[in-house]
Amino acid sequence: MREAVAALVRDGDTVAIEGFTHLISFAAGHEIIRQGRRDLTLARLTPDVIYDQMVAAGVARKLVFSWLGNPGVGGLHAIRRVTEGDGATLELEEYSHFGMVARYTAGAANLPFFPLRSYFETDLPAANPLIRPIESPYGDGLVYAVPPLRPDVTIVHAQRASAAGDTQVWGLLGCQKEAAFAADRVIVVVEELVEEAVIRADPNRTILPGLVVDAVVVEPWGAHPSYVQGAYDRDNRFYLDWDPISRSVEATDAWLREWVYELDGRAAYVEKLGAERLASLRPSAAAPSGSVDYGEYR
Amino acid sequence: MSAGDGVSGVEGGAPAAFSRSEMMIVAAARELAGQRVCFVGVGLPNIAVNLAKRTVAPDLELVYEAGVFGARPARLPLSIGDPTIVTGATAVTSMFELFAFYLQGGLVDVGFLGAAQIDRFGNINTTVIGPYDHPTTRLPGSGGACEIAINARQVFVIMRQSRRSFVERIDFRTSPGNLGGGEASARIRREQGWLGRGPSVVVTDLGIWHFADDGEMRLDALHPGATLDQVRDTIGWQPRIADDLATTPPPTDEELRLIRVELDPAGAYTK
Repeated sequence: MREAVAALVRDGDTVAIEGFTHLISFAAGHEIIRQGRRDLTLARLTPDVIYDQMVAAGVARKLVFSWLGNPGVGGLHAIRRVTEGDGATLELEEYSHFGMVARYTAGAANLPFFPLRSYFETDLPAANPLIRPIESPYGDGLVYAVPPLRPDVTIVHAQRASAAGDTQVWGLLGCQKEAAFAADRVIVVVEELVEEAVIRADPNRTILPGLVVDAVVVEPWGAHPSYVQGAYDRDNRFYLDWDPISRSVEATDAWLREWVYELDGRAAYVEKLGAERLASLRPSAAAPSGSVDYGEYR
Repeated sequence: MSAGDGVSGVEGGAPAAFSRSEMMIVAAARELAGQRVCFVGVGLPNIAVNLAKRTVAPDLELVYEAGVFGARPARLPLSIGDPTIVTGATAVTSMFELFAFYLQGGLVDVGFLGAAQIDRFGNINTTVIGPYDHPTTRLPGSGGACEIAINARQVFVIMRQSRRSFVERIDFRTSPGNLGGGEASARIRREQGWLGRGPSVVVTDLGIWHFADDGEMRLDALHPGATLDQVRDTIGWQPRIADDLATTPPPTDEELRLIRVELDPAGAYTK
C-alpha cells in the first residue's frame, strides 16, 4: 500500500475512494493520511467516516459528493466543523446520488455530459452551477446535465483480484466500475490474491480487467470498519464510537495518532483491533451461491 | 423516545401500550396496502416497509438505493447498504441500473423520504439550515431523494412534527413536493414529463396527513392520544384539518409483535 499510494496519489489530485457502504478502502485512506498528501479533491457519493478522518487530517481542499453523513448514525463532525458558519473552509460541490453516478458514467464513456431526469424545481442547480438544464435535441423536453467526473485516482476494495489486476466483486456493486473506468489511475485493494484461472472460471463476476488497474494491493480487513460481503460485517460499534470522537478536535487528533500515524500499515491496525473484535464481525453462517456451468466450446 | 411518550389503545377489548414511533411505523405500513414496488430508506421507513410486507402488502418488492431489488433482509439493516439486503435478494444491480432503469424507468410505485424541513406543499429540505454558503447546520444533502421525489410514482414522508421541521418556508428545496400548489405542480410535472405525482402522505408522530387537490397537506387522522393542540403547537403554519377527522386505529397485537419480536427487537428505532 505504501508503494502504491506513494507512486499513484499526488498532492492536488482528485481522488475517488468508492464503494457504497460496502468495500470502502479505509486502508488506502489511512495511508494517504500517513503520507501527508495535501490539497486533494475527494470525490465519493457518501463521504462516510473515511473522508471525515481524511478531512480531519488536513489532506482535503474540496469534497465532491451527494450524501454527507455517518450512515445509520448521524453527522460527520470533522467535516461539519469546516463547512458550517463563518469557519467554512472546505469547498463543496454537491450532486444527488444519480448525478454522481452519471458523472462517473460520462467520465468512463468519454462523454461531455450525462442527461438525467432529476433536479427539476430544486435549489441544487443554483447551489452547484455545473448542474445545467438542456433541451433534448429531439424536441421532447428539458433534462438536466451533469459533467463527467474523471478522477486522477480511483481506489476500490474488492474480494479478490489476480496479480494482473483482474478484479472480482460480489454483493453491492455501487459505482466502482464506473469510477474506475473514468479514472486516470486505479488502485485495487483486495482481501485475497487469486490465480488467473480463478478469475477465468467465473468471468461474469469480473468488474475490472487488469487493463485499467495500475496497482493491486493485498490488504485483508482493509475495508474495516465498512464490510466485505461474505468475509466480514460492518463494525457498527466503530461507526457509533466515531460520533463522540469526531465531535472533539482533540479526540479526533488522538484517534488519528493512535490508529493511523503511530501504525506503519494495515497489518498493525488489524493486530491492534484484536482477534476477538475481528471474530465478532464474521458472518453468522455461510451462504454460498450455487455454481453455474459456463460450458466449454472448442 | 421516553416511556412517557407511550399511549394506550384499545384493540379487541385489551389495552395495548405502544410508543409514538410504533404508531408511526404501523400507520405508514398500512398506507402501503396494494403497493407493489417500494424504494426503502433506513430507520423508520425500513421497519414500516418490512411490516407492510408481513401484513397488508405481502407482494411488496423492496428496492434499496445501494442497488438491490427484491430484498429479503433477515435482520434490521444497520445502514442503507447492509449485507443482509443482498443475501437472498432477487437482484443486485449497479447503482446506475438502479437509478436509471428501475427508478427513472418508472418501476418504483412508492419512495420513502424523510425531511429536516417540510412545507405545507410537501417540498423537502435535507441540505442546509440557514444560507447555503455558510449554513448554521450542514445536513446530509440529497442522496437519492431528489430523483426519488421526481421519478417515484408517489412519495411517502415519515417524520416527527416540530416547529423546526414543519415550517412556513424551507431554507433549501432539495426534493420537490407540490411546489407552489397542486395546480402548478401538476402542470409542471406534466409539461416536463416527470413520472412522479408527488407526495401522497406524511405520517408523523401525531397523525396522518394527505394532500388536498390544491396541493396542501391536510390532517386526516389523529393518532390515539394525540390532540389538535399538539398538532398546532408543532407546525409553522395554520394547519388544515379534515372536517371528518378520524382517529388512527391503534396498533394491533400482531403489528406490535412483528415490530418488537421480528423487526426491531433491540428497540433501536421504536422505543
